[in-house]
Parts: sequence; C-alpha cells; structure tokens
Amino acid sequence: MISLAGRDILHTWGKFVFTGAGLGLLIGVTLTMAGVYRGMVEDARVLLDNSRADLWVVQKDTLGPYAESSSLYDDIWRGIRGMPGVACAANVTYLTMQVRQGDRDVRAMVTGIAPGAAGTPGWPPYLVSGRQITRGHYEAVADIATGFKLGDRLQIRRNHYAVVGLTRRMVSSNGDPMVFVSLKDAQEAQFLKDNDAILQQRRRTAENPSWNRSSDPSVLDGAIASLGNNPYVNAVLVQVRPGNSPDDVASAIRKWKRLTVYTRSQMEGILVGKLIATSAKQIGMFLVILSVVSAAIVAFIIYTLTLGKIREIAVLKLIGTRNRTIASMVLQQSMALGAIGFVVGKITATFAAPYFPKYVLLEPMDSARGLVVVLFICLLSSTVAIRAALKVDPAEAIGG
Amino acid sequence: MAENGIRIEGLSKRYGSGDRAVDALKSVDMHVEPGEVIGLIGPSGSGKSTLLKCLGAVIEPTAGQMVLGGKTIFDDGWKVGDLRSLRRDHMGFVFQAPYLIPFLDVTDNVALPSMLAGTPNKEARRLATTLLEALDVAHRADAMPSQLSGGEQQRVAIARGLVNQPPVILADEPTAPLDSERALAVIRILNDMARRFETAIIVVTHDEKIIPTFKRIYHIRDGVTYEEEGEGRGFE
Repeated sequence: MISLAGRDILHTWGKFVFTGAGLGLLIGVTLTMAGVYRGMVEDARVLLDNSRADLWVVQKDTLGPYAESSSLYDDIWRGIRGMPGVACAANVTYLTMQVRQGDRDVRAMVTGIAPGAAGTPGWPPYLVSGRQITRGHYEAVADIATGFKLGDRLQIRRNHYAVVGLTRRMVSSNGDPMVFVSLKDAQEAQFLKDNDAILQQRRRTAENPSWNRSSDPSVLDGAIASLGNNPYVNAVLVQVRPGNSPDDVASAIRKWKRLTVYTRSQMEGILVGKLIATSAKQIGMFLVILSVVSAAIVAFIIYTLTLGKIREIAVLKLIGTRNRTIASMVLQQSMALGAIGFVVGKITATFAAPYFPKYVLLEPMDSARGLVVVLFICLLSSTVAIRAALKVDPAEAIGG
Repeated sequence: MAENGIRIEGLSKRYGSGDRAVDALKSVDMHVEPGEVIGLIGPSGSGKSTLLKCLGAVIEPTAGQMVLGGKTIFDDGWKVGDLRSLRRDHMGFVFQAPYLIPFLDVTDNVALPSMLAGTPNKEARRLATTLLEALDVAHRADAMPSQLSGGEQQRVAIARGLVNQPPVILADEPTAPLDSERALAVIRILNDMARRFETAIIVVTHDEKIIPTFKRIYHIRDGVTYEEEGEGRGFE
C-alpha cells in the first residue's frame, strides 16, 4: 500500500515546509528558552568551578557571598588557614557594578583576589592571553565577554586599571563577565566615597561628642582614620588537603570560628535552588505557554488541512479505505509537520544561541526531550483532526 | 431474474419519525443485469441520491431487500457486516465530478482501490495501466489529476471504478460537466466496459443528451420508481 500521507506531503511540499518552518521558529524559541535555563545553571557551576574552592566561609547565618551579602573581617583567613585539613585559604570580594572603558560601560562582577599566584582560590584558573595580576594595584584581568582588550584602561569608581590578562567563561551566576583586581583595590572600590561625601562624613564625626572629646583629641583622629579603611571581605575560599573530608573541615570551622561554611554541593544548591529558582520558574512558565501555543497551532494547521480534504476523505471512505488508514494519514502528516518544525527549530536555536548576551547551553538530551515533546504534542493535536476525518460520511462523495 | 447483477425489492427509506417523517423511497423495485447500463432519471428531490446511497451501502434502507451478485446484502437489516469491504470489492463509483485524489498520479488513482483490497502495488498498477489503455488515457498515466482535461479526468474516474472488476458500478451524473460529444463518449465507454467486464451499471442522470442512449430507464418521482423501455440509440 502506498503512503497516502507521504504523497500528500510531496504534492503540497511548499505549504508543508513553510508551515513547518513557521512552527519551527516557535520550537526554536522554546529550545532557546530551555538553553537559557541550562546556561544559567552552567554559569553557576562554572562560577563555583573557577573559584577552585572546596569550602566557602561566609558571615554567620547568611547565604553569601553570591546569594546574599556577607561581610567577614579580612584577617579571619589566617585562623582558618591554621585549622586541620585546610590546605589553603584566601579572601575574596565580589561586587557587581558598571565598569567603564572610554565612553562605554559594561556590567561586570568585579572580583577582588588575595595576593598569590595562579591556583590560589578565587584567581582565574587560566588565561587566553596576557598575564595574571602581579602588582598590588591598578591591574585587572577581564573576561573576554566584557569586550575589553589587553592594554585597555578601565575605570572602577575613580581609579583606572590596565587590562593585563584576558580569560574566558569566567562569569557570575547572573552571567555577567568577571573582572579581577587585587583584593585591596576591590575593598577600596566597595566602600570608596566621593570627596564631598568624605568631607560630610568627617564633619558629622567631628560634631559627635562621643568622638570629639576635648580631653582626648586623638580619639577623633583615630575615628576619622578608621572611616577610610575597609577591613571586610565577602568570603574566605578554602581548599581542603587531599584525604580530608570537606564536610569534616566545614564542621570544624563552623564549630571553632562560629561562621557559616558551605561545601561545594551546598553552594550549588544555593545557586541553583535559590538564586536562579525564580528565573527557572519564569522560564518554566514560558515553556509551558509555548508548548500549549505550539499544540494549538499544530492542531489548527492539521485540522484546517484535514477540513480541506473532506471530499477526498469521503471518496477514500466510499471506495473502501479503512478508518485506520485515514487516521494514520492525518497522524503521519501531523508528525511530519512536527519533525520539520523540530529540525527548523533546532537549526534556528543552534545558530541564534551565540548571539544571546547570556550563555545559552543547548544540551543534546534537551533536544531529544524536545523532539519527544514535539511529537507527543503533534500526536495529541492530530486527535482533533482525526476525529473530524473519521466523522466524514462517505455519502458526502455522492451528490444530493 | 438477475442473480449476478443487482436486484432490489420493496426498498424504502424514511428520514425522521412521527409528524416529521419523510419517505424518500417508497417500496422501490429495480434490477440490473450484468453487462447492462440503465438510466435512473428524476427531478431534484425525487429520491435519486437516496436510492444511490442505499444501493452503494452508504445509508441503511428502512425496509426491503437488496441482492448483489446473488447474495442478499440487505433484508430489513444489513446481512453483510463489513460494508466497507462490500463497497471496496463489489461496487465501483463514478461521480458527477471525478473526485480524483489530487496528490496521486493517474496510475495510482486508478490502482488505489485495488491496493486497498490487498493487491500488491505492482500488480495493482499493472491492472490500472490495462484499464487506462482500454479507456485511451494511458498516455497520461504519470500525470497528476490537475493536469488532465475534464474528459480525461472522467475516464480515469471510470477506470478507478472498474479496477476491482465489481459486479456493479454506480455512476452519479457522470456526464454533467461534459459537452455533448464528451458526454456521449463517456456513455459509450461505460457500455463497452459493462459488456467487457459483465458489470451492471446504474447511471443517475438528468442529462437530456444521454437519456436516449439507455435501453432501459427507471424514472423516479416522489420516491416511487417505474420502468420504461429506452431507445438505446447508438448502442444497438
């Protein structure tokens, strides 16, 4: 028996391809939305991987440093460094801000890294060009997604930095590219005020009788000096010695330092489960809506195509075509439409992904799931048309 | 009595019930011998289409008897469970418009009923080609229906109706869209095929051009038929 669906598709291939292409654009958007979610999860994992930490020590009872603000004194790392099982501990600060370069500015996560060398927690693990930061001030390593080039001059607050190195796929959990500067510079940038604000702050301190004591003028000098100093970091990144359990080391730090400590799995849970959870739900809703819209469109198209063949279906039934043959013809056309749509959608999503400002990760398994969902939607959508086709009375082929 | 053609006795069809009941057919009797082409003539609303649908096992008569090829298929209820197979294997249809399947070429349009009956595609196409040659349209075997003239389409439709060599062909206004010359050509073909394949052909028509060609005519009015000798002009 010949394939009636195949012949019909070949006969009206232009209509099928254009309809499938239209559907494919919708499927492409759906696949891209899934890719956006995967990209967010991947960004979160990359952030954790690139920090090269086994443990994140943060302010007690906070979800810092990525999901909540966290402040620790910048000398706490010394005590942590001396605890059993700790191989390395390093301060780190994170500040998402606009980094200016000439006339443009780029949203970036400015990361303050402790003195050390490549391999120190928090440092970019590899560079695609240039070198790591070697001076204590005014040097920066930037992710290439910022668009900065070696030798560019950046402005963070009122200080200027020279880009000495470029790295790749160093992004925050929001997908913002990272710019690395020295810890001291980052600490200053976090709390640096303009001159008017500093003068105002000094005046207010001087007018406070608690600080401005006539009996001891040095108290005011000390208080004013402390205003320009930022002794805080956002977290201490800890590497655990081989053979030690991160959970045991984390328990010891919690117990003796009275700080909150997260292991890698806990931090991933915070990033994926809390930080991007709302975005994930948002995307999930979009996916549901797009799936429903796709189903409605496929159902409408197949239904319309079937209604356009009522007379042919009546003739087919009159000359003895089985109902299942007719149902199969409608179903195959629906599936073919879905298959064309999926191929177009996959190609569209693949070519469009690099142009998105944030990372879009199109995973093969997501595509496979997408294909199954598309075919299921087509199967479901074809039932309306199949119902209409099976209700066609063969008598319609006979006039009167 | 026609044992290899089709015979109906006392066939009635009532639509609706109670005060709204309409008797479309009132105890119709008819018989058509193998190899015979008869005309069924009547004005609009006379019951022609209802009779054709009953004969085509598309709608169920209310009462009466219908015998096809010596086998009772209706006797106050269908005696054949699978009406689809009955239509496929024992009946051919030719419509007012050819109603060819637009996405199949001429050969496959003709071969389709045979394929549906389980004949291998190759064999079904061979049968189709034979019929197309007999109907003088073999040269358009690979064409799509939209590429054919009206007369060619109707000949292809006749070939489709004949491909399973059914004992009965029901033709509903087969010459309506054709001019006189082509209409007579179609009737000539139907007569040739009827003789060649021993097929009983019922032609529903009110085409004045072809009425004189029938040897026997059934007139139908208000659901009642009566038989009349025709002129049989041109097919003696």
